[in-house]
Amino acid sequence: MLAYVIRRVAGTIPVIILISLLVFMLVQAAPGDPADLLLSDEATAEDVADARARWGLDQPVWVQYWKFLTAALQGDLGTSFRYADPVLTMIAERLPATIELAVVSIIIAVVIAVPLGVWAGARPNSWIDNLGSLVGLFGISMPNFWFGIMLILVMSGILNLLPSSGRDTYGIAGDPITGFYLLDSVIKGNWRGLWDGLAHIAMPAIALGTNMMGILMRVTRSSVMEVMHEEYVTTARAKGVSERAVLWHHVVRNALVPIVTVVGLELGTLLSGSIIVETVFSWPGSGQLLISAITSRDYPLITGTVLTYTMAFVIINFTVDILYAAIDPRIRFDK
Amino acid sequence: MTSSTISPEAAVAVPTLGTERASRIPKVLRPWLKPKIIAGGSIVALLVVMGLLAPAISPFDPNKQNLLSAMQAPQWLAGPHVLGTDHVGRDILSRIFYGARISLVIAVTVVVISGAVGVGLGAISGYFAGKIDFMIQKLVEVIWAFPPLLLAIAIMAFFGQGLGILIVALVAQRWIPYCRVARGQALSLRTRDFVDAARSLGARDGRIIVKHILPNLMQAAMVIGTFAMATAIISEASLSFLGLGVPPHIPTWGGMLADGRAYISTAWWLALFPGLCIFFTVLGINLLGDGMRDIFDPRLKRSGQGMG
Repeated sequence: MLAYVIRRVAGTIPVIILISLLVFMLVQAAPGDPADLLLSDEATAEDVADARARWGLDQPVWVQYWKFLTAALQGDLGTSFRYADPVLTMIAERLPATIELAVVSIIIAVVIAVPLGVWAGARPNSWIDNLGSLVGLFGISMPNFWFGIMLILVMSGILNLLPSSGRDTYGIAGDPITGFYLLDSVIKGNWRGLWDGLAHIAMPAIALGTNMMGILMRVTRSSVMEVMHEEYVTTARAKGVSERAVLWHHVVRNALVPIVTVVGLELGTLLSGSIIVETVFSWPGSGQLLISAITSRDYPLITGTVLTYTMAFVIINFTVDILYAAIDPRIRFDK
Repeated sequence: MTSSTISPEAAVAVPTLGTERASRIPKVLRPWLKPKIIAGGSIVALLVVMGLLAPAISPFDPNKQNLLSAMQAPQWLAGPHVLGTDHVGRDILSRIFYGARISLVIAVTVVVISGAVGVGLGAISGYFAGKIDFMIQKLVEVIWAFPPLLLAIAIMAFFGQGLGILIVALVAQRWIPYCRVARGQALSLRTRDFVDAARSLGARDGRIIVKHILPNLMQAAMVIGTFAMATAIISEASLSFLGLGVPPHIPTWGGMLADGRAYISTAWWLALFPGLCIFFTVLGINLLGDGMRDIFDPRLKRSGQGMG
């Protein structure tokens, strides 16, 4: 197992370096000179040359890349053009909001999709299977931003039940401890704050989780259907194990591997989906930061956020691979 | 297949058409007559008609602003503005028709280009194996390491709006699923007898790939391509919604949604109709893809998800 982990880590390092190279090349290829962009219109040619020297823009490209890479490895993603703050700090402040949203979305997706998928897979062509298929199709076809807007229209606009934007009502959450508002409220015993946080996160999390729910439901259904025909299921039935126990102990446990894999694979879609959902609900996460950075052409902030998201995705994939190997002993490590 | 009185082909068509009519339909078409394919196909056909005929069927110029008639609620069959007008008085129905065009153009172009690039590189990667395979697969790994859509967002952020760059941005990552599946299949095809036979007859690698490998990759590519249309349409709408798509003077469903979001509390029709269009289009394509997958190969589902 350890050898497997080490081999996977070693395989990931070149990928990370190539990702940074790709992002760097993208910035290089972008039209327009950053120096022109940063200086005012009145800057003389001398000012521009001066600024280019100061930012290292007069150096050969590979020297610039080397500087970029070594700085990034030390956690220095540059300074925001617009806010003059370190990019990494800005992202770190916003990250808990994004993670909290993603976690709640996954919980909603799993809690609805897995039981529904198991039922549907155990009774193909029954009414529950038809309902499940409908839910699955709905989930994979629904654009999250439109679903979000419609939720706002109904829940906030017409029924006036839930707040349409933000993470909390000003002043209720109090000082952050972990930055995860729901967790902070529980730690502090701030039940009003917890309720407020849940009310704010409900709609964005549903909008973000629907897509994963659809895919998860379809995968759970098909993997349960597959496992139902395995010999050990027949054996369990022959032993006289009750149908319910067969389903939940023998079938679901074995259907779990594809389910976990899909959750892992779909985390990437969830990450990029959060960028859009955060925009719809003015959710103060790192996705919203990226979009506002794009609007204000804040290149270091754009690069930093893109790199952070991609690194997060690489780490998630890596973790899922390890988990996957750990759950299913049939996967051989010594290939 | 359940009844002994009808042939297997007819049995497939029974649920939708009945034996009498099914017998008049050519055999090759019968497997395609499934509710999923008919429903999905009709929706897609409607989209194509809407897009192609947009200039002829649109009651108004989609970009014609008229502040005097701004924010009118849907008038349905009664009024000139069937689905109402937006915040600057543009006719929603006309914009939806024209929006279908851009969705269609993007979906088809992105799918065709990424399919060609992906299947081509996948075939080369799998057929030659070794060093070429290693290099192509490294590239696949790096590009696939970006969360979906993020690479497109980054490209649009640095290069600005435009139809050409939007297509490049979407293709940048969407060729990967084809490449993975095509490579897997090419790896197994290269050891098959008919490839050995062609080689022993003196065929060159290029000819073998074009004549013997590529035709065998087409079915899988078609299934992936169908689902990829849905992804392309949602991606285009997402980027337009974020203001990172085509220039604002071209009506798009995503762009209409972005406008509608600002007026959601006062004018629901701005966001409802373009969103419904995106939803039903994607639903139709997914139904069609499900149906096609059932016909071609139920096992494709696994490989299509790019697990390996």
